[in-house]
Parts: sequence; C-alpha cells; structure tokens
Amino acid sequence: MTGSDSRIRVKEVDGVTQVEFIDRNILDEANIQAIGEEIDGIISASPAPRLLISFANVDHLSSAALGTLITINTKIRNRNGKLCLADIDPQIYEVFVITRLNQLFDIHESKEAAMKAFG
Amino acid sequence: MADKVSLINDRDQINAVQDLIVERAEELGFPSATLFALRLAMEEAIVNAFHHGHRDLAPETPITVEYTLSPERIRVAVEDQGPGFTPAAVPDPTLDENLENPGGRGLVLIRAYMSRVRHNDRGNRVEMELTVPEEL
Repeated sequence: MTGSDSRIRVKEVDGVTQVEFIDRNILDEANIQAIGEEIDGIISASPAPRLLISFANVDHLSSAALGTLITINTKIRNRNGKLCLADIDPQIYEVFVITRLNQLFDIHESKEAAMKAFG
Repeated sequence: MADKVSLINDRDQINAVQDLIVERAEELGFPSATLFALRLAMEEAIVNAFHHGHRDLAPETPITVEYTLSPERIRVAVEDQGPGFTPAAVPDPTLDENLENPGGRGLVLIRAYMSRVRHNDRGNRVEMELTVPEEL
C-alpha cells in the first residue's frame, strides 16, 4: 500500500488501518491531495473502513489538510465505517478547537485509547 | 521600512519565505507558540492569495509578501493581483451547518492567531500583526 512516493505509513492492527504521516508539516496542497488520494484508496478497498489517523509526527497542519480530513470523514461515514484521530500535539489540537472540528471528529489522546474506541 | 518579496505559487519559494520570517522572529525571542501562529497565518494568507485571489489569473502571476519584525511586533502583509473579495461575505465555517464543508477555514485561523487583521477596501491585501503576549 505504501509506495516509495507515499506521504503516509499504513499498517493493519486488529482490523483497524493505522495511518501515520511521514511529513512533519502538512501544508503543501499537492502533498495534501496525494495523502487524500492514498487514504481514499484505503477507504474504497473496504466495505466498512475502520481508520485510525495518528498525528504523532506532525508539527504543522493547514486548513487545506483539515478540508481533506473532513472529506475522508464523510466518505468513511457514508460507507458505515469509523474514523478516529489520535496523538495530536496540543498546538495542533487548538486548531481543531478554533475551527470547532474537535466536535466533528472522534479524537483520542493516544493510539491505544483510539484502538479501544473501535471495540 | 518593510522588506518585500515577490512570490510565485511554488512550494519551495513559499517555504523559503516562511522559514526566513519565522527564523527572524525566533532570533528576536518570540516564543514557540507565536512562531506556530505566525507560520500558520502566513500559510493560510498565501494559499488564499493564490487559490482564491489568482483563480482566474495566469499560474505564474506573483503575489507580494511584506514583513517587518521588531522585538515587540511582527507585521506581515500578503497582496495578490486578483479582483479582491469581501471578507464579511465568507460563510462562517464554525457554524453547525457549515462544519462539514471542506473549505473556508483559513480566515478563521488567521483571525484567531493574529493580534490584528486588516483587509484593504479592494480585498486583495491582508495585513496581519502579532504583538508580544502581555505578561500576566
């Protein structure tokens, strides 16, 4: 799934697809689009995708990245799947709070906590 | 006197200008939270300028970024060559009915993170100012 040009790392754990970002800054529109397409491929490959996106390595993210996350969330919900976000740095979490997206997304402190939410 | 650079829609150029301004702010002793805010606001303003301001212009059309930094204050202005827009007409993306719209959050973030934000009458220039957080 993860090619040499991939901007994400993907692994399957207990029926959940865990995604991590390679870049520390998720700002560049072209990269964000590529990330969105890669994740879209994962979602389309599963009848009910269960996805955990970790922000462990991320220092910066822009509103363009938030837009892609919203699109991913909508697609997963439309396929009766579940999306959780985890490991969000406090400065980045503030971006979610300012935009009120902390109320849209299912956000957990750690990957371990998020995995429990998948049941 | 503000420093002024011309910028085309090229990620390396955009990053170089942002890095330069953030490094200057760091040298002046601004805290990491301010540097985070500064980079995010510049990113949103520059992307808005190219994405919205220059939507109908040739891809190589440059924008200008002006900046002045002092130990007390950072000012950055981003100006595009587009027709301009009316900030008040942009839907509030934090309203419940707009929460799932993928776009329209750049301005909200700029306003949240900057001490002052001003648009010119034409709407093709945004001036952003960050001041030192007051000691409690």
